[in-house]
Amino acid sequence: MSAWAWTLAVALGVGGGFGVGMGEAAEVVVYSARSHYGQEPAFEAFTKKTGIQIKSFGGDSGQLFERLKAEGDKTPADILISVDAGNLWNAARAGLLSRVDSPEIQANIPAHLRDPDHRWVGLTVRARTIMYNTRKVRPEELSTYEALGDPKWKGRLCLRTSSHIYNQSLLATMIKRQGEARTEITVRAWMANMPTLINSDTKILEAIAAGQCDVGLTNTYYLGRILAKDASFPVAPFWPNQQTSGAHVNISGAGVTAHARNRAEAFKLIEFLTSPEAQQMFADSNFEYPANPQAAVDPLIARWGKFKQDDTNVAAAGEFQAAATRLADRAGYK
Amino acid sequence: MLAVPILAVVSSLTFPKGEVWLHLWRTQLFELVGSTFLLVIGVGAGTLVVGTGLAWLVVHYRFPGRSVLEWALILPLAVPAYVMGFVFLGLFEYSGPVQTGLRRSLGEGVRLPELRSYWGVVLMMTLVFYPYVYLLARTAFRDQSGAAIETARSLGWSRAQTFLHVTLPMARPSLVAGVALAMMEAMADFGTVATFGYRTLTEAVYRVWYGMFDRIAATQLASVLLLFALALILLERRSRGRARFTQTGRRGPALAPSELRGWGAAAATASCLATLTLAFLLPVGQLAWWAAAALRDGQIAPAFGALLTRTCVLAAVAALLACLLAVLLAYAGRLHGTPTVRFVVQFASMGYALPGAVIAVGVLLPLAWVDHTVAPLLERGLGHPIGLLFTGSAAGLVLAYLVRFLAVSLQTVEASLGKISPSLDDAARSLGARAGAALRRVHLPLIRGGLMTAVILVFVETMKEMPATLLLRPFGFNTLAVEIWERTSEAMWQEASVPALTLVGVGLLPVIVLVRLSLGSSR
Repeated sequence: MSAWAWTLAVALGVGGGFGVGMGEAAEVVVYSARSHYGQEPAFEAFTKKTGIQIKSFGGDSGQLFERLKAEGDKTPADILISVDAGNLWNAARAGLLSRVDSPEIQANIPAHLRDPDHRWVGLTVRARTIMYNTRKVRPEELSTYEALGDPKWKGRLCLRTSSHIYNQSLLATMIKRQGEARTEITVRAWMANMPTLINSDTKILEAIAAGQCDVGLTNTYYLGRILAKDASFPVAPFWPNQQTSGAHVNISGAGVTAHARNRAEAFKLIEFLTSPEAQQMFADSNFEYPANPQAAVDPLIARWGKFKQDDTNVAAAGEFQAAATRLADRAGYK
Repeated sequence: MLAVPILAVVSSLTFPKGEVWLHLWRTQLFELVGSTFLLVIGVGAGTLVVGTGLAWLVVHYRFPGRSVLEWALILPLAVPAYVMGFVFLGLFEYSGPVQTGLRRSLGEGVRLPELRSYWGVVLMMTLVFYPYVYLLARTAFRDQSGAAIETARSLGWSRAQTFLHVTLPMARPSLVAGVALAMMEAMADFGTVATFGYRTLTEAVYRVWYGMFDRIAATQLASVLLLFALALILLERRSRGRARFTQTGRRGPALAPSELRGWGAAAATASCLATLTLAFLLPVGQLAWWAAAALRDGQIAPAFGALLTRTCVLAAVAALLACLLAVLLAYAGRLHGTPTVRFVVQFASMGYALPGAVIAVGVLLPLAWVDHTVAPLLERGLGHPIGLLFTGSAAGLVLAYLVRFLAVSLQTVEASLGKISPSLDDAARSLGARAGAALRRVHLPLIRGGLMTAVILVFVETMKEMPATLLLRPFGFNTLAVEIWERTSEAMWQEASVPALTLVGVGLLPVIVLVRLSLGSSR
């Protein structure tokens, strides 16, 4: 078996893995799980400014994590860009990331969007908020995440399945803030309203627009993408918990890998990505909010107004991810 | 070589039970086993009824359109289950065109039953997998002697009684084999159940691996799935091993199909046509519609050409290797019919019943071990780094395809070799040809057709395979199936249509081969 496997490995190695040559001078290799797979306008701006080339490879978060782990100290990657703090936290815990910190980063990115141990830093903010049908629901009827468990929403609520990391992170942050017992009460109240479970944020928004349900929980940029195509789409975001803890936010963010070969260049790129000019490009390319409060927000989403973010450190998404999954199972949230 | 993945999975049961596993055990495992079992039973029953019913109609009756419908009913085999699933969701979900139209014309309160449910998944898989039962049942019914049926009729039994007590029992081995195939496919499916939010063991392997980052728990789940697979293999073996119903003397003439008229004919044509429409015409039509829209909106991935090439190269490599191995195994079996060789051949053909998720887990663990123990030694020997040979390349993926689809090529090759009389071997050998030369100069030219069929079959199966591909694909290495998964998991039906339509188009190749074979063997 090994003879042909060798032949194959050599034959396919070209298409699959890549050889481990020493990196060329002045380049950064990025593994990115963002939906553009590294087709980021901000990268081009960085190359224009510094002359450093960026090679990026896309994949989903889980795959990139497995990949980095398997490559160990042989990895060609200098930077990991991932979506959801839970994924970054997992990568950091597995020892795949090294310290990335400077006064500039600290000044650019608010503390709750960075790893307390400085192994990763948030680049864009994605708020997971209440979405409602503007023809059927008045904003006054809405207040908090917890209030979606009110019986008046019975049969009118759409949620994403609990196996998706966005919801796991939402529950994990709740657990961090108010403990498991209270979070479980909230989730059980949601479930008592017999929500329609749909495994896609886009489809939840379409279901709300079509009248299958009246309210739901999704990330804001999905609505941004739809509104960019169809301005009359009858769904709007509602910012919950504004009198209390604030709206739940998550990030897409970056860290320098533990075995980076181009450490100085990688560090420079991350610093650049936290600056206001790059922040705007990075966030606008997907209708996200910039993590840097000084950066301008895309006009399409600026209409939704300013909102108070939950300032629980997003690392909670990783810390309590397993607890959140187990809680969802106990509460019958599939 | 093929045993390694299976052993790796089974040995995981001896690993320490992690936190995740304990949690699964406490909350979900029972439910997962239950839901997988129910799904397999539901799809088994659905394909049995639809496949047998249609086969019975086309064999025993004549009705308008029969000659075309008879082979057209095989076409749904070309549609991967996960493609069928997302097309139906796009059409029939609440915000989809059908329900929106119904609400506009009949009022806001009108709702169709929720498709994202147990019955929805069973319906999808029944539509895709019934041809397995249909094909085997049709052959079985056609080969039955008319004498037994006529005797039963002359004894005053009604058509229904005859069907229940004579026709069905005689065809039972074929029916069970077809249903077992459909059940294996249902159990191995990942794309459909994930898109429909129906939790099964296969879906859980992926979720635990990629959502909880717990390989060990994923592998332990895979071993539970393996038990299911073994049960199905046994079912299928027993059905084939059971003695055939003997027919006294030579096979009598088949029963002449009876002419249906009026309402009966209309009902027969309508039921065949309805199945064909639901299972093939509608999904393909909708895909074409979306694909046209995707072309218009410029949603074709810029790298689509590269994606297609890569998928084809990968599938071709797997197909050629599978056939090469199949020829070697089959020929070895022919030369030395020892029990050992026969056992190896039997064992190799088990792979098809193993879900891709199980094989992926089983392939990756040993390969990762090789990479991290052997590679450093080699590096020291060679004096320069070689990187990750297996986990960093498509080798692991090809290996998984081989384990899964070797059975497909092996069966085809064995069947064609079996048609060559052993006296030809003797003649070649007596003329001084060695075994290798005889194979090259006598056997291979004779089984060229069978080899081509085997290559096509494995090629298409490989292209359609999703779970193992998702778990093992090398970095930055997408295939059509992966592309479809990435789009459908975000519910972008239109964006998924072009790769899906491509897969269906390619999937038609072996179906055409099948159709030609089955027409060739017609009366």
